[in-house]
Amino acid sequence: MTGTDTTIDQGRGRTAETWIRTFRDRPVLPLVILLAILVVAFIGLNPRTNVSEWIASTLRAAVPLAILAGCQTLVMLTGGIDLSVAATASMAAFVTASLLDQQGLAVAIAVPLVVAVVIGAINGIGSGVFRVHPLIMTLGMGLVIFGAANAWQLLTVKTSSGVPAVIRSIGSGTFVGFLPVSLLVFVPVAAIILVGLRRTGYGRLLYAIGDNPIAARLSGARSWQVLVVLYAISAVLAAIAGFLISGFTNVASVTLADSYLLPSVAAAVIGGTSIFGGRGGYSGTIVGALILTVATSLLYSLGFPEAVRQILFGLLIVLVAAGYARVTGEA
Amino acid sequence: MSAAAQPVSTGSSDAMDGVQRAVRHNLWTIGLLIFLAVLLVFTKLIQPNYGPTGIQGLAVSAAALALAAVAQAIVVISGGIDLSIGAMMAFTNVVAAQAMRYTDDTTGIAVAIGVLLLGLLIGAINGALIVATRVADIIVTLAMSFVWAGCALLVLNVPGGQADKWLTQLASGSLLTEWLPKPAVLVLLIIGLIWIPLRRSRLGLSLYAIGSDRLAAFRSGVSVGRTKIISYALAGLFSAIGGLAITANTGIGTPLPGGYTLTSVAAVVLGGVSLAGGRGGVFGPLVAVIILALIRTDMTFLNLNSNLATVTQGVILIVVVMLGSLAALRRSRA
Repeated sequence: MTGTDTTIDQGRGRTAETWIRTFRDRPVLPLVILLAILVVAFIGLNPRTNVSEWIASTLRAAVPLAILAGCQTLVMLTGGIDLSVAATASMAAFVTASLLDQQGLAVAIAVPLVVAVVIGAINGIGSGVFRVHPLIMTLGMGLVIFGAANAWQLLTVKTSSGVPAVIRSIGSGTFVGFLPVSLLVFVPVAAIILVGLRRTGYGRLLYAIGDNPIAARLSGARSWQVLVVLYAISAVLAAIAGFLISGFTNVASVTLADSYLLPSVAAAVIGGTSIFGGRGGYSGTIVGALILTVATSLLYSLGFPEAVRQILFGLLIVLVAAGYARVTGEA
Repeated sequence: MSAAAQPVSTGSSDAMDGVQRAVRHNLWTIGLLIFLAVLLVFTKLIQPNYGPTGIQGLAVSAAALALAAVAQAIVVISGGIDLSIGAMMAFTNVVAAQAMRYTDDTTGIAVAIGVLLLGLLIGAINGALIVATRVADIIVTLAMSFVWAGCALLVLNVPGGQADKWLTQLASGSLLTEWLPKPAVLVLLIIGLIWIPLRRSRLGLSLYAIGSDRLAAFRSGVSVGRTKIISYALAGLFSAIGGLAITANTGIGTPLPGGYTLTSVAAVVLGGVSLAGGRGGVFGPLVAVIILALIRTDMTFLNLNSNLATVTQGVILIVVVMLGSLAALRRSRA
């Protein structure tokens, strides 16, 4: 009698342990299941939607979020956070729109990208060389960029000039029937991040610095150089996301991407990247961004007001993060 | 508490040591006060008319942010960070404005007390979730900022409501002399009445203890979880006072969080509170808030684009923190 009980308990214990291990080592699997449940729920509750159109619009909304969440993922792997991505994204979109008429498309796109590299390098130097906490460094840079973009706005006296046609068609166009054109930007970007994290020495360095900065330094990693490059990459990605958002909304303003800042952190966290560094990856983040977008769309379709949507959104983040904390045992 | 290196002082008396220690302990705040004094002189130079009205405007514009900074300081001192302060202020702001629509001055006071209790409660919920889920403070409070902002929208989805007269009167005018704006006196009084006794108490020591070393605090018998919840509850309380300050100042409730959360983090860091926890106080951040507000005023006097004030705030934040960490690096190498 007691013997059978123990075996059952052990059996159950082992299954639970396997599940927990799966969740810890491959967090993407349960996340995909959660995403599938949300998608099925949406289609089940809205039987009259045109599914391909809905997929297209969901992907189109998720792509900029996934790219910004990519910035957070990369930076969070080293134990940092980048609060300047929203300001950088808005700046990029706005500068392009304001330069388009006089300078032409190539210059209008190149200038914000160069500015983004400078912004990122300053972030990296601040946090890597001067050891300023990344939260403070990027918060301060965010203020600087926002204020400078505002001043630039008054100088050029263009509150909301035209978004270039190319960017508009990339941000909101479709190809092969219903696929959004922005996927053509996203897929290479995502591939570079995924391969870069898994297969290159630089990617390993990010994990190493986040996992144990002292050990990384003792094994010869020059962490400040890694961080300067990292924040520059993050700012360039943010600028690209800014272009996509302006193409998607057909607006270029200096507050364009502000509402993406906190969700970008949330998507990375839901995707299993630890804010303490050293754990996580981009595949989870992509699913995290999709989950947030589909959940938003589901709540809208159910007719919940914005208020309830935000509350459930917040609770979802706490729940998923608590799940991770439980299985990884990180305090 | 601070492990600063002892300077080589041969033959100095104990009293001198005491003074030296007090100065060294508050070096940052003293530096800030000197900077503020310089800034005030500069303001007077560029705007000779700057006087009581200017001080009054400064106090009104800085009051809510000052309370947000105190809320943030308490949490950061105990080793956390609260990204939901702006949302909690918006929530308490609309609850107050919405409830005061139906009250007169006497029941209005009950409403204000209720709002303060609400602040304590939602702050405690933040803290309890952090302790129970063991998720990083920054993540939980980030998520809860959505929740409280959503609650604010549930109460009022467009700006509205109204503030009772006694409340708006508290936030304007001056006391005794025209140089002493009422909001400034009130903010100082509230903070003094809550913070100073708290800091001297066992609880205050526990707040610093869990911020500087959780494990050591735990081993010396501090209930880490309970203390953490209390620190967040206090942040909620000060956010609620900040929410009431906004209600008093604007006369209505606005359901959208202003930029209080991130600015409070900036003010706390400028005020000499270490993000690592366990160091600093609330008076440094207070001075930092006044400096930030005064810089904005000066920009207007200089006829500069007010957006440059945002740039300046960012630059000051970065440069000051860089200098601070450079000094810390040098100290650790020496």
